[in-house]
Amino acid sequence: MRVRVEQTPLPGIGVRHDLITASGRTVGVVSHRNGRRDLVLYDVDDPDACLASIPLTDDEAEALADVLGASLMLGQLAGLRQQAAGLLTEQIALPAGSPFVGRRLGDTRTRTRTGASIVAVLRDREVIASPGPSFGFEANDVVVAVGTREGLDGVTAILAGDTGD
Amino acid sequence: MHSTTVLLIEVGALLFALGMLGRIGRRFGLSPIPLYLLAGLAFGQGGVVPLSASEEFIEVGAEIGVILLLVMLGLEYSASELVGNLRSAAPAGVLDALFNALPGAGFAFLLGWGWEAALVLAGITWVSSSGVIAKVLADLGRLGNRETPVILSVLVIEDLAMAFYLPLVTAVLAGVGLVGGLKALAVAVLTVVAVLVVAIRYGHAISSFISVKDPEALLLSVLGLTLFVAGVAAELKVSAAVGAFLVGIALSGPVAHHATQILSPLRDLFAAVFFVFFGLSTIPAAMPPVLLPALGLALLTMLTKVLTGVFAARRVGVALPGQVRAGLALMPRGEFSIVIAGLAVASGVEPELAPLATAYVLITVVSGPMLARMSDYAWFKTMIRKRTAVRRPVEPVPAAE
Repeated sequence: MRVRVEQTPLPGIGVRHDLITASGRTVGVVSHRNGRRDLVLYDVDDPDACLASIPLTDDEAEALADVLGASLMLGQLAGLRQQAAGLLTEQIALPAGSPFVGRRLGDTRTRTRTGASIVAVLRDREVIASPGPSFGFEANDVVVAVGTREGLDGVTAILAGDTGD
Repeated sequence: MHSTTVLLIEVGALLFALGMLGRIGRRFGLSPIPLYLLAGLAFGQGGVVPLSASEEFIEVGAEIGVILLLVMLGLEYSASELVGNLRSAAPAGVLDALFNALPGAGFAFLLGWGWEAALVLAGITWVSSSGVIAKVLADLGRLGNRETPVILSVLVIEDLAMAFYLPLVTAVLAGVGLVGGLKALAVAVLTVVAVLVVAIRYGHAISSFISVKDPEALLLSVLGLTLFVAGVAAELKVSAAVGAFLVGIALSGPVAHHATQILSPLRDLFAAVFFVFFGLSTIPAAMPPVLLPALGLALLTMLTKVLTGVFAARRVGVALPGQVRAGLALMPRGEFSIVIAGLAVASGVEPELAPLATAYVLITVVSGPMLARMSDYAWFKTMIRKRTAVRRPVEPVPAAE
C-alpha cells in the first residue's frame, strides 16, 4: 500500500509534509528554511491543530529517520516476497565461525553458485543497501538475500562454510 | 566635537533602554514594537527626556530601518512563492482588503478627514503585522496547524499589495492628485511584474553575481544594493520601501538565506530606531483625545480581521476551531501600519493621524497576541465543541429515517 504524503508550502517559513496513518492519526514534519525541523502530532478531536510540536536538531532528525527508515526498507523487502510467487526474501545471519568474516562479498560467489542475490546487509542497526562485490563482511552481519528456496538454502550453506569452500 | 559626544551619550542610553524594555517585554510574551513606540513617546518633543543632538541621526536611522524591514520581508519570500500564492489565495486577499481597508477609510471620513488621510488610514487598518504574527504562531507551536498556511498566504498577499499601495500613497501624499497617484501605481505595477518575471526566470543569475563565501563582502554588497535601489526608487517617486522589497524578492537561494542571517541584527537595530522615531514624532499631549476613536477603530477592525480569517480558513476546509484560530491570529497590526503612518506624518497631511495610528497599533499589537492565545484555553475549546455538537446531530437525522 502506498502512503500519501501531502506537501504544503509555508511562505516565509518553509514547507510542511504530513500523512494520515492507517490508525487515523495525522503526523507531519515542518521543515524550516533555516534547516530546523519540527515533528508535529495532530489532535484527534481537532485535526487542524497540532497537539505537540517537537523541534529536532539535524542529528536527531537523521537518527529518527534511520530508525524509521530501516524498518521501512525491510517492510518493502517483505512486500516483494508476496508480489513475486516463488521468490523469497530471507535474513541470514553470518555465523560467528563463517569463513567469510573479514573477506569480501565477491569471494562468496553466491549469485553464480546459487542464483540468489544479496540485496542488503544489516550491520549495527544500519542498512547497507546493494553491497558491491568489494564489500567486506564483519562478524555479526546479517545478510538480506532474495532468491528461490533452494538458492537461499545455498546461500545459508555457503556463508556457514558448509560447502567446503 | 561637543555635539558628537552628546550624540553618543544619547544614542547609547536610548539603545540600552530599548534593550532593557525588550527584555521585560519578552518576559510577558509581548512584542517589543509597542514598547519601542512608548519609549519614543517618552523621549523627545513634549516627552519626559528631550533629545537634542541625536534627532537627526535617529531620523536617518529610521529611514534605513524601513528599508531593512522591507528588504528582509522580500528575502523571506521567493518570487515563485508569491506568484503561486496569488493564484490560490486571491479571493481571501481581496476579501481581506475589502473587510479591513474600507472600515479605516470610512472611519477617516467620519472624523471629517480628507480623502488623502482616508487612503492612509485604510492602509493602516488593512495590513496585519507579518513579523508579530509569525512570532506568535511559532511561540504557540502552531506552525504545523492546518490553518497556518491560510494565515501566511493572507499575509503574503498583503505584503505584495503593499508594493502597489505604497507608491500610490507616496505619490498622493506628494500632492500630485489622484491622476498622478494612478500614474505612480501604473509604474509600480510594471516594475513589480518585471521584477517578478526576472526573478523567476533569472533569479539564479542575479544571485550568482553575489558571492556567499565572504560574509563581509556579502553584507556590504547586499546592503549597498538595497540602499541604492531604494534611493533610486524614492527618486522615481515609487517609494524607497518598495525598492527595498523588490531587491529582497529578486535575491534567492543561498544568497537570500545568508543575507537574511547577516542582515537580521542590523534590521533589529534600525527597526527599533524606526519605531522610536515614530514615537518621537508623536506629541504625547495629542494622544488622550484620540484614544477613544482609536479603541473603537481597533475593536471594529479586529472583528473584521477575525471574519477574514474565518472566511479564508473555511475556504480550504478547516473546521470551526481552526477558523477561529486563524481569525484571532490575524488581528495584530504593526510595522506596516507604522510605515504607512510615517509617510503621512512626513507629508503633514492630518495632524491627528500620527497619534491615532500610534494608539491604534499599540492597542492591536498588545491585545492581538493575547487574544490569539485565547483559542488554546480549555473553556474556549469546550465552548466551540458545544457549538459544533449542537449542529452535528442535525445532519444524520434524514439519513436515519
